[in-house]
Amino acid sequence: MGKLPMRARVATTLGGAAGRMSRLAGRGDGSVIGGVIGLRVEPGLLSLLAADRQVVLVTGTNGKTTTTRLITSALSALGQQVASNAFGANMEAGLAAALGAAPEAPYAVLETDEKYVPSVLQATNARVVTLLNLSRDQMDRAAEIWLVARRWREAFEAAPDCRVVANADDPLIAWAASGAHQVTWVAAGQRWHEDSWCCPRCGSHLRRDDLGWRCGECEFSRPSARWVLDGSSVIDSAGRVTELSLALPGRANRSNAVMALAVAEVFGVSPAAALQKMRSVTSVAGRYTQVERDGRTVRLLLAKNPAGWLEAFDVLDPARAPVLLSVNAQVPDGRDTSWLWDVDYRVVRDRPVFVSGERGLDLAVRLEADGVPFELVGGIDEAVSRVRPGGTLDVIANYTAFQQIRTAVGRAA
Amino acid sequence: MGAHARGPSNLRLVWVYPDLLSTYGDRGNLLVLERRARLRGIGVEAIQVNADQPVPRHGDIYLLGGGEDLPQVLAARRLRTDAGLAAAAAQGSVVFAVCAGYQLIGAEFGGDKGQPVAGLEILDIRSGRGERRGVGEILADVDPELGVPRLSGFENHQGVTRIGPGARPLARVLTGVGNGDGTEGAYAGRVLGTYLHGPALVRNPALADLLLSWAVGTLPPLDGEYEAWTARFREQRLAAVPVG
Ligand SMILES: [Zn+2]
Repeated sequence: MGKLPMRARVATTLGGAAGRMSRLAGRGDGSVIGGVIGLRVEPGLLSLLAADRQVVLVTGTNGKTTTTRLITSALSALGQQVASNAFGANMEAGLAAALGAAPEAPYAVLETDEKYVPSVLQATNARVVTLLNLSRDQMDRAAEIWLVARRWREAFEAAPDCRVVANADDPLIAWAASGAHQVTWVAAGQRWHEDSWCCPRCGSHLRRDDLGWRCGECEFSRPSARWVLDGSSVIDSAGRVTELSLALPGRANRSNAVMALAVAEVFGVSPAAALQKMRSVTSVAGRYTQVERDGRTVRLLLAKNPAGWLEAFDVLDPARAPVLLSVNAQVPDGRDTSWLWDVDYRVVRDRPVFVSGERGLDLAVRLEADGVPFELVGGIDEAVSRVRPGGTLDVIANYTAFQQIRTAVGRAA
Repeated sequence: MGAHARGPSNLRLVWVYPDLLSTYGDRGNLLVLERRARLRGIGVEAIQVNADQPVPRHGDIYLLGGGEDLPQVLAARRLRTDAGLAAAAAQGSVVFAVCAGYQLIGAEFGGDKGQPVAGLEILDIRSGRGERRGVGEILADVDPELGVPRLSGFENHQGVTRIGPGARPLARVLTGVGNGDGTEGAYAGRVLGTYLHGPALVRNPALADLLLSWAVGTLPPLDGEYEAWTARFREQRLAAVPVG
């Protein structure tokens, strides 16, 4: 991309320098600060940086970072550089920084915050927007999800060249995507139903059966899908069944992978070629990482909202290994812990449960109400010390609690 | 109504429209009431009524949660048509409504486009849309008549509520927004509403016990582990939020 106007070139240079300084100063990976400074110099930076590239946006409540990583891996099969905001800096500054850091990459896969999808779609003229799911999340600062879906829908109506790859099993996603001119429907599953009992079009009750969902009143129903997640395998558009065999655990990641395969197809990457790359992804920004700590294995799972916790429970060690649950309520987590009451904790009743975090008492009261025996601990090390040597400790934590634990056990692994 | 009017049957908790009015942790109120009743040896029947089902009229305590604008309008329309909740309230059943549910048991509230929408008229309040969203921790001192200590909770709404002559403010705001005029929530008879959203009764066990006592009469105090965790939690929240 050697054609950036001078102002944009200055903006990326300044942004890059700030990013390097930020990294040297030990403040994160430097990706956001560079973008912030760049955007200050040139507000149109994002669209200048995206020009002449094929851009994929990835959004939804859960799975953005992992799916972004899987799509990036899949597109690497094309043999060319792929720009990406791999560390989850998903607002405009983070996106600009990711593009500025890879000026020659003809492809870009960008995790995008739900609220920014309309403006980023317009700025980047994205070729593909990937819609994973929508559910309640950080309600003290996020927009209401029906409103988010409506804004997406309007943005897609205004972008005729954009293809939306959408999870047909999530009714709110289906409603948003059905405003798009080109859609690839993916039956990627939806375990969390609590935010989609009612038809997004008319408000009546949705009926669910093995084939999906349909409205009891209007004609709105689950679109028929080109890609189907079926247990541990995917059924593609030609009816071929392929075992996913991912290194990443859990149903949610199989769902993310099928979405990634559908995006890869848009760029002419076959499922076999895409899967070969995707299977090498073992952890994503620390999630699913296993680390050794004082002779025990600690496995880190991030879960930020009720739907995320539901999926995290699915990944817990089947051998009833002890689990540490840790919750904070800082700004990135949402200051409101009400969502704890939307999670059904009874599934961890039959294993040792430790509780920590700045809002550990919120969790304690919640677990007590569910009849789950637990022990309040001071942090990760105390929990580890309670596990027998050679044993495994699963950790489920929300955003800043996860970062604190990750820092404590070391980022090396 | 009291324990005698209820007879030997279980305490019937009716969660109204969790499919439309359950935005953020509203299940907590049901679980807390259920738990606090059972710990005192009172049998509980918890009934969840979705928006495509009739609202039973024989419940002892009805719970309404929060909701986004459009579901709130739909819920109000269906509940008016159904008429079960209003009938139960008229017979003296307890109604506890939070946030969107609080607004819709009143005479009127602001709809998804700001338009006035008719409520259920079981509490003499009228609500509309305020200038800005009230989001954050809320503290409020309860009407001394009710004998309930300071309320602690989280609010997240854009509503403004005026209380008519047929109801009284539930509390006086120390921190936060509440009804928008320095008061918070409202009550009349056994109908009580509040902007403390989601699991409001978790942090305010005395309010939970007040609702239970309205349904079953005087309750023995609770002790044991549950109360210990609840007390620690409540103290931590009260200490964390500055007054004013
Ligand atoms: Zn419909």
